[in-house]
Amino acid sequence: MNKSIMIVGVGGQGSLLASKLLGKLLLSEGLDVKVSEVHGMSQRGGSVVTYVRCGQKVYSPVIDKGGADCIVSFEKLEAARWIEYLKKDGVIITNTQQIDPMPVITGAAEYPENILDELSSKVKVDALDALSLATEAGSAKAVNIVLMGRLAKYFDISYDKWISAIETTVAERFVELNKKAFELGYNY
Amino acid sequence: MKELLIGNGAIARGLYEAGCEIVSSYPGTPSTEITELAAKFDDIYCEWAPNEKVAMEVAFGASLRGKRACCAMKHVGLNVAADPLFTLSYTGVTGGLVICVADDPGMHSSQNEQDSRHYAIAAKVPMLEPSDSKEALEFTKKAFELSEEYDTPVIIKMCTRVAHSQSVVELSERVVPEMKPYEKNMQKYIMMPAMAKKRHPFVEERTQKLTALAETSDLNREEWGTGEIGIITSSTSYQYVKEVFGNEASVLKLGMINPLPVERIKNFASKVKKLYIVEELDGIIEAHVKNLGLQVEGKEMFSNIGEFSQSIVAEAFGKEIPAFDSIETAVPMRPPVMCAGCPHRGMYYVLSKNKITVLGDIGCYTLGAQAPLSALDSTLCMGASVSGLHGFNKAGGKETEGKSVCVIGDSTFMHSGVTGLINIAYNGSNSTVIILDNSITGMTGHQQNPTTGYNIKGDPAAKIDLETLCKAVGINRVRVVDPYNLAECEAAVKEELSVDEPSVIISRRPCVLLKSVKLNPPVKVDRDKCKSCKMCMKLGCPAISMHGGKAEIDKTLCVGCGVCEQLCKFDAILEGGAL
Repeated sequence: MNKSIMIVGVGGQGSLLASKLLGKLLLSEGLDVKVSEVHGMSQRGGSVVTYVRCGQKVYSPVIDKGGADCIVSFEKLEAARWIEYLKKDGVIITNTQQIDPMPVITGAAEYPENILDELSSKVKVDALDALSLATEAGSAKAVNIVLMGRLAKYFDISYDKWISAIETTVAERFVELNKKAFELGYNY
Repeated sequence: MKELLIGNGAIARGLYEAGCEIVSSYPGTPSTEITELAAKFDDIYCEWAPNEKVAMEVAFGASLRGKRACCAMKHVGLNVAADPLFTLSYTGVTGGLVICVADDPGMHSSQNEQDSRHYAIAAKVPMLEPSDSKEALEFTKKAFELSEEYDTPVIIKMCTRVAHSQSVVELSERVVPEMKPYEKNMQKYIMMPAMAKKRHPFVEERTQKLTALAETSDLNREEWGTGEIGIITSSTSYQYVKEVFGNEASVLKLGMINPLPVERIKNFASKVKKLYIVEELDGIIEAHVKNLGLQVEGKEMFSNIGEFSQSIVAEAFGKEIPAFDSIETAVPMRPPVMCAGCPHRGMYYVLSKNKITVLGDIGCYTLGAQAPLSALDSTLCMGASVSGLHGFNKAGGKETEGKSVCVIGDSTFMHSGVTGLINIAYNGSNSTVIILDNSITGMTGHQQNPTTGYNIKGDPAAKIDLETLCKAVGINRVRVVDPYNLAECEAAVKEELSVDEPSVIISRRPCVLLKSVKLNPPVKVDRDKCKSCKMCMKLGCPAISMHGGKAEIDKTLCVGCGVCEQLCKFDAILEGGAL
């Protein structure tokens, strides 16, 4: 199984935990795995991207334009920002949440209306209100795991293996909450 | 046991397995996690030093006393530590000494993209360059062996993509070599001219021996391909080359980047029809290969600016790159911003409002350069705000003294700002220095420093008192303000700019992201009272936006710092709990 997945969002949304979960799961499948992220300045509310790649042998830690089987986006504008990185037959899984970037807040730019419609007219988009589902699971912070649940739909890895990866990745007191969040994303 | 580790984590693991006992570093992206993760091993003594020069000298001392030691820094940190490095090359080591330096091609979080490989050549020390986490771990252990065998510090050169990419590593047990007895050796360790003159030939001989090693070592390896072309490459560029060519091209993969082999390269070149070099940033391998009189293509095909990727390599070789879809709508940028409730914001607002020239420094507060605050006039390197302001005022005289300040964080001030302040006191410029004291090293992800009162493990430590320090170096006017209080900040800035002597304003409030900071409930907007004047928007706070012509506060972001409340002339912003 060769897969290239991008996890994109806004600094502070919890993409690090999502990539950790995914990396651990793929490693336990006996695959070669590379996960690449950038720390530092980008964490301060900026646009963040993590690359996750797996296969029999993975060389490059990064994904280029036209290289991602799947883009998991924590915010819809970020899905639009990275669309060119999607493979021709790839899928974008996106949270429908809107977080205004500073140029929009200051009025220097506008948040594009109907951005999801435009994306859907070009590529396959699987959009869900992950924030509401996370809140339903018990915490708005579980957006990352809701989206992992949705991503699991596109993977040939059993539900139980995902759950055990969650059990070994998140702090014990958050396991039940995250299992619920995963389930809500998976069954959405 | 197999594990996924980031490159920096693999180095930390390598330090552990190699029996390294002392690590002293200054944080800097993308090198910080080497020391942070090494500190998780109780068997390794780790510390945050005030700067990279101190860190390297601590590592030198530990090596002198006979233990394996390490220091880690980002590329620009090596500029600070260059002084000990060049002479460490002469003294050599007793216990193995490894220097980790992480470059940042593409400048994800840096002020330049200098190529640290030049330092290895200039200082005549061996440099190893891993291309993934597995090699980062192996090379770290190998580096200690080489250091002791060849009596030299060894540099491990990382880059952002190797430092911050997780890949699979194999873990082994820790083996601590026996501590070497201390023996006074003046000829080796006192680098005054008579002795240094004898050590320089040793350094040249050592380079010859290391070159011989490069000819046979498995740090470098040939991977023979099915096609006719040969590519010499290293680091993350190797990964891109393999991604594009697989086994089609022959590859000479260099793990030791200094010194470079000679015969091995000639041999490799003789077995391929056409020779290429793929290396990020400067054409260092290329210059070496061309010096050998070989025909090679490198920087004609590849830029010396920014990072590479598989598509960049594929395109340069005329290979097809994947197709993709685009959208027509322009996507607004999402630059990093100062957090809601950031204590730097209040002071920046005051400086911006009063149109004061601000020489800036390196840290989270560099983000004050962005609109709408646009508060900064310069950012050069660690500490340059303070010394730069002195020069600015010496050149500008009275005209600039009354309307220019510098801003520098607590950690950066301890790193190299204090020496600039000594210069201001000693050489007498009427300069106003603002220390933005948020009680932590912020941008690199919350490391302790000498002003915080805690060490790298989070245990209580001596706390350097900034007020006492500034007074001790000869500044009589030292005052502390709360950046959440705009009136207090403005009064202090105006007064200190007007007096005829140097002064220090300490703008003190802990970083709002610190777990110990108690947050207030979010503030609220009374929509009836809001007159849409947009005064609150001048703060550039990510929690404030305009919706339907009225200001709105994002309650998930707002921490109730109350700075926007002070700006609202119509009392439309109310404390949390009100309304």
